[in-house]
Amino acid sequence: MSTTAIPTNTKWWNGGRSPFNASYGKVMMWYFLMSDAFTFGAFLISYGTIRFSVNSWADPNQVFNAFPGFGHQNLPLAFVSLMTFILIFSSVTMVLAVHEGHKMNRKGVEKYMILTILGGLAFLGCQAWEWTHLLTGEHIAMLSDGTLSVVPTTVKMNPWGTHVAPDAIAAALQNTSHDKLAEIAATLHNGGAAHNVSAMSSAELISAIQASPELHVNHTGPIAFGGYFFGITGFHGFHVFSGVIINVVMWAKNKTGPL
Amino acid sequence: MSEHVSSAEITFAHAPSEGTGRIWKIFWVLSFITVVELLLGFGLAKHWFGEPEKSHSLILAVKGVICILSLAKAFYIVSVFMHLGDEIRNMIMTIVVPLCLFIWFIGAFLWDGNSWKNLRNTNAGSRPAKTEQHQQPAVDKDAKK
Repeated sequence: MSTTAIPTNTKWWNGGRSPFNASYGKVMMWYFLMSDAFTFGAFLISYGTIRFSVNSWADPNQVFNAFPGFGHQNLPLAFVSLMTFILIFSSVTMVLAVHEGHKMNRKGVEKYMILTILGGLAFLGCQAWEWTHLLTGEHIAMLSDGTLSVVPTTVKMNPWGTHVAPDAIAAALQNTSHDKLAEIAATLHNGGAAHNVSAMSSAELISAIQASPELHVNHTGPIAFGGYFFGITGFHGFHVFSGVIINVVMWAKNKTGPL
Repeated sequence: MSEHVSSAEITFAHAPSEGTGRIWKIFWVLSFITVVELLLGFGLAKHWFGEPEKSHSLILAVKGVICILSLAKAFYIVSVFMHLGDEIRNMIMTIVVPLCLFIWFIGAFLWDGNSWKNLRNTNAGSRPAKTEQHQQPAVDKDAKK
């Protein structure tokens, strides 16, 4: 082990050695990480620019307030907190794997790499649940033609615009077709009224919808929201997914040793 | 131990890290900062710092604190977990200095977005701006996009 102090006045740039005192692979890994930072930075700054350029934006606490197993309870931030802690935990296990590697302890590297891989997979699982929840979760929204509809969160449309006042809802219900009214009534969980919605007349549906304590209507939200949300979290998911694959390869190579 | 550090391009090896104490200490620091950030974010959602229409500056200050805490987390992760803090100054600077471009990027682009909004709200300055548009329906704007 040649642990020596850095000689003072070392001429790092005279050639014959790395001016960064690091291997080629390590320097290139840092340049890759820098390019990764610029890629995600560009995504987020683009998102910020668009968000600054419009008068209203979706409220993230309204967009996502669910947690698996807690039904329709309003739990803003809960699920993203879990995902954040999964990421912190898996970064610790990765550092510990590197630490075991420095000590040349192959069993330790194996153990911590498996934990890191599981953390990455747990994060991806959470993201799959989150996307499914948004893509399939339908909310009542007022379209630009003044009618109401049930709208999921996709790259084309979302129900996260500004709040619609009760009198505007009443007017919009009159413009809404029977099929849409039946669909809206079916999404409201007000017990008996949900049965047999297609057999009810438009007037009956409207009064059932307006009687529901869960009736909450937004305008359709900023159109760019879905593209940014799914685009940026999608790229992040791809970043985690490729990390998991590379970690599996490293785990396998560590297990088999030099071939 | 020496076989995996000896290389023509590396002139001295880092002292091997003694234990995992520092890693776990940083883990708890990161967890604590995250919990504080979540509490502040939860407070913003629950209007602990006043209604958004009224206490603009306090809410902006809370968001600023969240940004500073996030930068502190980034520092600990990059410096300790990713071991950039253990490199020589040349190496640290070649990574950190280019990232300073972000200061300019963020300022310039958010300024641009804001200017875009003002131009649209005032028909490029030909009519007075409506000051606050929180309750303004987003419908017309979306229909045009």
